[in-house]
Amino acid sequence: MKRVAVVVFPGSNCDADTLDAAQAAGSDAYYVWHRDTDLQQADVVVLPGGFSYGDYLRSGAIARFSPVMAAVAEHTRAGGPVLGICNGFQILCEAGLLPGALMRNAGLKFLSRPVRVRVEAADTPFTCRYERGEELVVPIAHGDGRYVADQKTLAELRANAQVVWRYVGDNPNSSVDGIAGVCNAARNVVGIMPHPERRNAPALGGQDGARVFLSMEARNATQPASDVRAVGGRHLRV
Amino acid sequence: MTGSRGKGATPFPGDPPITPRLVQEHNLTEAEYRRIEGMLGRRPTFAELGIFSALWSEHCSYKHSKPILKTFPTTGPHVVQGPGENAGVLRLPDGWAVAFKIESHNHPSAVEPYQGAATGAGGILRDVFTMGARPVALLNSLRFGPLEEPRNRYLFAGVVRGIGDYGNCVGVPTLGGEVDFASGYSGNPLVNAMCVGLLKERELITAAAHGVGNVLLAVGARTGRDGIHGASFASEELTHESEQRRPQVQVGDPFTEKLLLEASLELIHSGHIVAIQDMGAAGLTSSSAEMAARGGVGVEIDLSLVPTREPGMTPYEILLSESQERMLVVAKADRVAEVQAIAAKWELTATPIGRVTADGYYRATWKQQVVVEIPGQRLIEDCPVYHPEAAEDPAIAKLRSACPSPASPLPSPDEALLRLLDHPSLASKRWLFEQYDSTVQASTVIAPGGDAGVVRVRNAEFGIAVTTDCNSRYVLLNPYEGGKAAVAEAARNIACTGARPLGITDCLNFGSPERPAVFYQFREACRGIADACRALSTPVTGGNVSFYNESPTGAVDPTPVVGMVGLVSRVDRAVPSHARQPGDVVFIFGDTRPELGGSALWECLHGFVGGEPPAVDLATERRLVDLLVAGAEAGLFRSAHDCSQGGLGVAVAEVAMGGPYQPAGFGLDIDLTSYAIRLTPYDVLFSESHGRAVITCPPERASAVLALAQEHGVPAHRAGAVGPENGVLRVRLRDGAIEQPVARFREVYFEAIPRRMGD
Amino acid sequence: MGAFRVEIRVMPRASLLDPQGQAVEHALHALGFAEAANVRVGKHLVLEVTAPTKEEAAVRARTMCDRLLANPVTEDFSVAVDTAGRPEGSPLG
Repeated sequence: MKRVAVVVFPGSNCDADTLDAAQAAGSDAYYVWHRDTDLQQADVVVLPGGFSYGDYLRSGAIARFSPVMAAVAEHTRAGGPVLGICNGFQILCEAGLLPGALMRNAGLKFLSRPVRVRVEAADTPFTCRYERGEELVVPIAHGDGRYVADQKTLAELRANAQVVWRYVGDNPNSSVDGIAGVCNAARNVVGIMPHPERRNAPALGGQDGARVFLSMEARNATQPASDVRAVGGRHLRV
Repeated sequence: MTGSRGKGATPFPGDPPITPRLVQEHNLTEAEYRRIEGMLGRRPTFAELGIFSALWSEHCSYKHSKPILKTFPTTGPHVVQGPGENAGVLRLPDGWAVAFKIESHNHPSAVEPYQGAATGAGGILRDVFTMGARPVALLNSLRFGPLEEPRNRYLFAGVVRGIGDYGNCVGVPTLGGEVDFASGYSGNPLVNAMCVGLLKERELITAAAHGVGNVLLAVGARTGRDGIHGASFASEELTHESEQRRPQVQVGDPFTEKLLLEASLELIHSGHIVAIQDMGAAGLTSSSAEMAARGGVGVEIDLSLVPTREPGMTPYEILLSESQERMLVVAKADRVAEVQAIAAKWELTATPIGRVTADGYYRATWKQQVVVEIPGQRLIEDCPVYHPEAAEDPAIAKLRSACPSPASPLPSPDEALLRLLDHPSLASKRWLFEQYDSTVQASTVIAPGGDAGVVRVRNAEFGIAVTTDCNSRYVLLNPYEGGKAAVAEAARNIACTGARPLGITDCLNFGSPERPAVFYQFREACRGIADACRALSTPVTGGNVSFYNESPTGAVDPTPVVGMVGLVSRVDRAVPSHARQPGDVVFIFGDTRPELGGSALWECLHGFVGGEPPAVDLATERRLVDLLVAGAEAGLFRSAHDCSQGGLGVAVAEVAMGGPYQPAGFGLDIDLTSYAIRLTPYDVLFSESHGRAVITCPPERASAVLALAQEHGVPAHRAGAVGPENGVLRVRLRDGAIEQPVARFREVYFEAIPRRMGD
Repeated sequence: MGAFRVEIRVMPRASLLDPQGQAVEHALHALGFAEAANVRVGKHLVLEVTAPTKEEAAVRARTMCDRLLANPVTEDFSVAVDTAGRPEGSPLG
């Protein structure tokens, strides 16, 4: 059973859904308030969706300076898995923990609808229970989901297979290269725009998103999640 | 402060003198003013005049509608909280309860659609979470003029964006609602927002102040000059001058709202507070005065302590400001620090501004000076009540017996159906609901686009179904039948998902009650709603009256919107509206009569709104509702869809076309050749007879469906079968047929609104 | 020390799609302003910065842009400091 820290920022609104989905997958999930600097020995950190600080200025721009983010960055450096969903993805990009940025949807409208994505990388701590090439239906709900990056970064993303999810058919926000999710070069930090936590039960129209959370519990998760422990506020490998 | 008690209030430096003109500007009649002087035994101060103007406005006092509203059935085994609170509350299984309310924000939205609609969503959310309920669903009932006019497109786009930006940020899914476009709303859009929340019944809190010495705190945003006199603004007709009143319109901050939501629920659960209320219409004045009156106590507020956004605000302005995202909390006297700590956690301030008193006076001071002193109960309860004259407009009576003039040759049934599906009122509302987050909270079982929205309740077997409905053409032509129809249609929509209707909230949008023709519409529509609610066992738990929806071009079409909540006993058996499986059997429940009066067909084809609208037989409706619920609970149906605007033709097309995110619809082969010979093809396809629904079921359950229908005394016609994916919609009639690929209908139905909006 | 009025302009990078700019341009054309072209929509921030000199105020403002006010991946910025810096304590004009 992994300890999963769900970080709550002022304005997070998918925190409860994310906590539930992690618990449903068997994790020991709990909230960490954005002002806390202790992740309480988290194996996995999830930044949930929402509108942190009202998305004022730019989505994620203010939340990245929350006190908890220093601990998140440290967890990342120690190789600990971090997942950002929607606003969490935006925060990770603003914090420089993931490459690129998320801009206003090309259609200038908030979009809430199910989309089809293809799993492009199954070797991350959040996708290891999927098959590469598998197609999923998951909902999106965002106004700022158009992934952009400069040419050099895009070339790197391709070369290192850092695109995790890609829109199939309908590219709802005109993301470059149809990118719906990426990971960092070390593959322990993942950001996705769609909401897997909203599709983890038959009553919710399907369970294509459930394995994101089951992946966290998988023993063969590529990153040594269980090897990372915060001791005295510092991450050590044991 | 106590030194001046009972001696009356004195004018604040700089207050204007009270003149007849000033009284008139405050929308108070001479008689009302005399009543105020009588109550106070002196001339009111400027601040007191403002208070009376706000609290005795129609919006706050219901002075024209109260006697009619009293005729609504408001009790029942499920009712936990009826009208009179911030929201109504109904009992659910396992200790749960549902709080819900609908409210209008028509006038502000007409002037500034984005902020008007956004703050409407904000206000209704606060009404629900101040009951201790976590909001789980939003719905919107909207009316605009035709989209052919650029102004209407501007209003429509702005309202949708305003609702979306607010609700999305707070994180409450929008699960449904309705939108209609008709010329009666040009320049007079209607924006009604409904919120539904869940709570444990034992955690219910009401907005009644009590406990002498308890402390009043202002929580949330600072008080600015925005929205001063919004309540009286909402109670007057729209004129060109109101266009000039933009500064009155409030600006919403959904981020602060989200913090307030979390802080309020935490405060309620903490036990540190005894009451909480939104500073909504008429701001601090109405929240404090209403809380005091409900608790039978007095309050005393030092206005100089209220945190303001700008310097130099007067008592008048502070009392009447409608700045958004503010709460008034009554804390236990020894828990002020705890309340402030919870607020601080959510990055909000909580400032003590007054206390509960024993003398029953509603008193406001500026430091030592008393600027307001009014007997509290009488301020709320002694508002004059009016019994306006009611008389039907003879022109309407004439219209009711009219028929469309025989126009150019009628189009083929195919063509007529395509034209109906292309009408924005009947077409898919995907363009709007896609801009609203419909899946946040990960509980959405039936998303917008079906008959009613359905959400699950976490860790429970049951769920709740929600809808809003009103066909204003029926109400215009026959307000009594129209009122009944609004409730009946809502009940059908709820029951189609498999939910048992539990209760309603209503938003009664009309013109000026001072005009007999309008008051007649109001009275009769309410009589219809009351009768239908009694027959369907759905008590009225509250709502909102919005009068004075008039512009220089006249009154708005009468629009009593019904918001209904139902209980799905097993959420895993909730029934969607669309066909899902080739080979399934199609049944039509209920009788089709030649009832084209007030129909969408006549409006679309002839531009004619007239005739006698279809009559509602409430016993028949009740039987249909019972049948739909029983069939769903037994797991018999694969889909169920109500038959309303556009009749059977539109209903079967919708069953075939499916949802917007299906790759394709299904073919449907329907045989209606056995329908009575006296019915024309247009009657069969487009008559809007009530009491009908279209269901599909697996073939092996067809006999069980028939037996169940018979048991409930509902006529059931086995009409055909679901065809292949992307097949043909075929409806055979005695004389003629519909036969088109379902893809053709989908194209028209899903593109009708985007095409007009230039997307 | 003085308080300087600083105006910051944040614009979407020229190389990036600016859907807002395109929408505004489209609307201008629809209103008959055929002469409008290359419309881009950015942000304008006005703030007061206390610093020993005007130059120092500009340096601080640029640091603010780097850290928070602009996203280097998607936005460029420019900083202008009001020449009429005022002594500390006096109201802003």
